[in-house]
Amino acid sequence: MQDLTFETLIAVFEEIFGTALFWLMVVAAVAITAGYLYVLIRDREMSMRKFLLAQLSMPVGALVAVLIVMLATHSHLRDIGGPIDVVVLLGVAALGAVGMAILVYTLQSLFWPPSEEPPRS
Amino acid sequence: MTTDNYNTSRRAFLGLMAGGAALAASPRPAPAQPIDTRARIVIIGAGAGGTALANRLVRRLDGASITILDPSADHLYQPGLSLVAAGLKPASYVVSGTAEWLPSGVTLIAEAAAAIDPEARTVSTEGGQRLDYDFLVLAPGLVLDHDAIEGFSLDLVGQNGIGALYAGPDYAARTWQAASKFAEEGGVGVFTRPATEMKCAGAPLKHTFLIEDIATRTAGPGKHEMHYAAHDGNLFGVPIVSEKVRMLFQDRGIAAHYSHVLKAVDPGRKIATFATADGTTEMEYDYLHVIPPQRAPEVIRQSGLSWPDKWTDQGWVMADMKTLRHLRHPEIFALGDVAGVPKGKTAASVKWQVPVVEDHLVAAIAGREGTAVYDGYTSCPLITRVGRAMLVEFDYHNNLVPSFPGIIAPLEELWISWLMKEIALKATYNAMLRGKA
Repeated sequence: MQDLTFETLIAVFEEIFGTALFWLMVVAAVAITAGYLYVLIRDREMSMRKFLLAQLSMPVGALVAVLIVMLATHSHLRDIGGPIDVVVLLGVAALGAVGMAILVYTLQSLFWPPSEEPPRS
Repeated sequence: MTTDNYNTSRRAFLGLMAGGAALAASPRPAPAQPIDTRARIVIIGAGAGGTALANRLVRRLDGASITILDPSADHLYQPGLSLVAAGLKPASYVVSGTAEWLPSGVTLIAEAAAAIDPEARTVSTEGGQRLDYDFLVLAPGLVLDHDAIEGFSLDLVGQNGIGALYAGPDYAARTWQAASKFAEEGGVGVFTRPATEMKCAGAPLKHTFLIEDIATRTAGPGKHEMHYAAHDGNLFGVPIVSEKVRMLFQDRGIAAHYSHVLKAVDPGRKIATFATADGTTEMEYDYLHVIPPQRAPEVIRQSGLSWPDKWTDQGWVMADMKTLRHLRHPEIFALGDVAGVPKGKTAASVKWQVPVVEDHLVAAIAGREGTAVYDGYTSCPLITRVGRAMLVEFDYHNNLVPSFPGIIAPLEELWISWLMKEIALKATYNAMLRGKA
């Protein structure tokens, strides 16, 4: 690989997803992350109740991410051939898990702010 | 919690966002100032090389007249043909429009070059136009000499167990028809390669590996007999890779036949005839993959620009292997398949060759000497199964030159290398066409 610069990477991602979809995904990722930071700062605390559901959704996110990558690339778990493949697989799963957790936490916080949470017993 | 604190945090949050935006817009190296010139540049061929170079030259030159000749309305992403011929992608996956990749400011003439006069510095087109040039870039690709194989014609592809994936997207799709029938029904598969220099010498191996993998998974093991006919004593030009392929063939039960060059096909009797060191030999087949001899286009061979003493039956351009500049006519460059250099008939080579030609051409216009050097880099994501590949990268010296040493092992069958081929390769290719990679 020659000249693997930030600009080249962007160009490659634009080609993979199409310019419009790629930037839409970037905007979505930035919006969700910004929403997450916003609710954290707004609430000044993490709601453990919401965090619990977010955590429970993590395996689902991990599985969905791995399944999407496998389906989109004609791949199967039997194709894991070396340590780097395990790292990539775990990376995909981790990204899916963290992404899902952030999404679930943010959505809960936006729709059910702390004032509407039932009091803790 | 005080209001003051809250505001501070909000400010911090906004600061964070601003920081992120600033990072995203971090300064890039300033592009070199375009050079004012009236130079007339003619590029023959709007394939991978010609198109990528045109996109780069328009950014480097101001006022140059750049003309690109190509009779084909379709641009082919040729690295995808192996995937089409294994039923993994449709034929449309490799096809786009020639014109859509070209920048404004470049004149596309949809005609083939008919003659080149390097003394008068003119190119004549098939439609009778005459183009004068100051610099000429030869990037017409190569021609597949199907007629050299007795009894074979392209009409046969897809029927009676004959495949020929190099012939184009539709033929690659028809190749899959024949190969999938073989995969389902079992039988004897014979896979060949020509004795000439060829486009992507890994592709014959990839097809063999893919069809073996698919066949074994489709009909089960033991129903297929696989044979690979190598043109010389190796399975691949780079010795260390050749050895690895030999071991993989052994593991997978693919019999290697050395010094077997396909000479004739009898589609009625399903017999392939090979020239070997000891005369000719016949092999029966249920599936035969044909890759014909490959040569420079006739217009190159007739123009006196080919090597006089090397590859005389093939006619590749007499180019300096480091600068790709013609050895007798410094205003002429060769790019891609047509270049008479030891390796480098792949899109990956083109990606590394284009900046070298760009550098020397722009330097010549500016009255300087270029400094960029092409050292034969080429890359082959050598697919060994659906889902696995070896990311083999090497140079003129048969050295492995891995892009990710210590991370992606070049001789290991890895999923990540397959992912690169499946996802990132076409994207990188397209970015290259636009002159951005």
